[in-house]
Amino acid sequence: MPYALLLPAALVLALVLGYPFARLVVLSMQKFGLKQQFGAPPDWVGAANYTTILQDTQFWHVLYRTVGFCFAAVVLTMVLGMLVALLTRRVGRVLRLALIVSLLLAWAMPPLSATVVWQWLFDTQYGLVNWLLTALGGDFHGHSWLTNPWSFFGVALIIVVWMGIPFVAFTLYAGLTQVPGEVLEAAQLDGANAWQRFRHVIMPFLRPVVLILTALSVLWDFRVFTQIYVLQKAGGISRDTNLLGVYAYRVAFGENKFDLGAAVAVVMVLITLGFTVFYLRQITRQEEL
Amino acid sequence: MSTLSAVPRTTARPGVPAPRPKKRPRVGDWAANTAAVVVVLIAILPVYWMINTSFQRGVDIQSDTPHLLPWNATLNNYRKAFAQGEFLHALRNSLTVTLLTVAAALVLALLAAVALSRFRFRGRTGFVVTVLIVQMVPAEAMVISLFKVLDGWQLVNTALGLTLVYLVFVLPFTIWTLRGFVAGVPVELEEAAMVDGCSRFQAFRRITFPLMAPGLVATGTFAFIQAWNEFTFALVLMNKPENQTLPVWLQTFNEGAKGTDWGGVMAGSTLMAIPVIVFFLLVQSRMTEGLVAGAVKG
Repeated sequence: MPYALLLPAALVLALVLGYPFARLVVLSMQKFGLKQQFGAPPDWVGAANYTTILQDTQFWHVLYRTVGFCFAAVVLTMVLGMLVALLTRRVGRVLRLALIVSLLLAWAMPPLSATVVWQWLFDTQYGLVNWLLTALGGDFHGHSWLTNPWSFFGVALIIVVWMGIPFVAFTLYAGLTQVPGEVLEAAQLDGANAWQRFRHVIMPFLRPVVLILTALSVLWDFRVFTQIYVLQKAGGISRDTNLLGVYAYRVAFGENKFDLGAAVAVVMVLITLGFTVFYLRQITRQEEL
Repeated sequence: MSTLSAVPRTTARPGVPAPRPKKRPRVGDWAANTAAVVVVLIAILPVYWMINTSFQRGVDIQSDTPHLLPWNATLNNYRKAFAQGEFLHALRNSLTVTLLTVAAALVLALLAAVALSRFRFRGRTGFVVTVLIVQMVPAEAMVISLFKVLDGWQLVNTALGLTLVYLVFVLPFTIWTLRGFVAGVPVELEEAAMVDGCSRFQAFRRITFPLMAPGLVATGTFAFIQAWNEFTFALVLMNKPENQTLPVWLQTFNEGAKGTDWGGVMAGSTLMAIPVIVFFLLVQSRMTEGLVAGAVKG
């Protein structure tokens, strides 16, 4: 009986995810170029594609960049998300409502709409940001943000963090409401200052939530695609701004090297799975499967 | 006890210090309030700017001083958005794929959730772990081979193909959440109904199913938002203009050397965001509660 109930879901997962994944691994060990696109049978090349990409400095640049971007995005999201959660708890009822509603709106924005709007805010000619910075005394008239890798990633970081904070802040805020008030009162009566109360009372309570949120953020920010792809299209530079996901896509579909693209994708999956083990350990520690 | 009764909101237990007395205004309050206002402004700015721009005339959008309010409001951008390329096609494609995904995800996930929460069987833990791992596989890494596989099945540029892809990527989460909702209905209720003469299926349909309706709504909304917003697979798998979904259609404003029609893009973005925001506001608290309940308790 339970097997019959599981069968449809298991079948779809196996067929549309398991099988393509197996194909991905096979493809990454074959020679698959333009000739094969037109029907020639692919040759088996073993680990050659992997050696090719691992010897390509471009790949390593992309990997470091991806890890760096992911790290910066996660740290910023978690720290700012925590501050916003504490703030939400601290302020009066009207401001709290305003915070909750505005964060909800930011959270609900489709990633593509959000990216496009931020792109418009940072527009070279008519962007609000350039106008504001110029009004504040800088000279940003006609400043282009997306043609320099550093400011490109600055803009991308703002978009990713802006979209990531609401979920983190709401979850932490909900977690904060579970911290018993009496313990906080007691700590305060004993003379603990705000930082000590946060460090020794609030954090131990929130630890499991913080760990899971961090793990989820790492997994999400490691795979950013939409924001980077759209900004690249606007800025016109892609070589120095590729992250792993976009890189695999460009190698496969842009350069028609499906074999090398597949190898990059497999590496990406392996890194993710390594991290997933950590995440699963956190979950299984807290919950019965 | 007389001292305690004077305290408002008597959440304090006897022997525990009373809640702190009404605070005097302090520098800290002022700083916190200012910070809160700044956070609100930053969070809301892009949403406001999208709507604001979508109602502005071209000359006002392309002026050296931005117009903070749409004084000369116009619906022209929305008219243009409707006329741009294949908006109605894209809308229909998005709706088809999204609704198919939601329906299929709910049916498959409900069956699996019942199996996982009502039965103990060999391979159960294995299945749960597989589902959790699958949820973590970066979809972006699968684009290449899914394109090849669906191409082989002649499913590229079809709603069915894209639906299948969205289905496998929402399935793990929907199974995981529905499992919680099924488990939340005590099995004793079903057993009581079976004692009263219901079959196992009738007991489930009459007792558990109605009780977990909110869970189905929340889960369905999640699947809806995922499918409605998805960009990468739609970009690769629906590469003909008439097969585009809304997120890919939105990209068509960006192309061409003439630069971007910002009024049109903002109108299009607003149209695309409205259903998501509406659905989202309906269910978000349930989703956060679920996550916190899972992480804090237990």
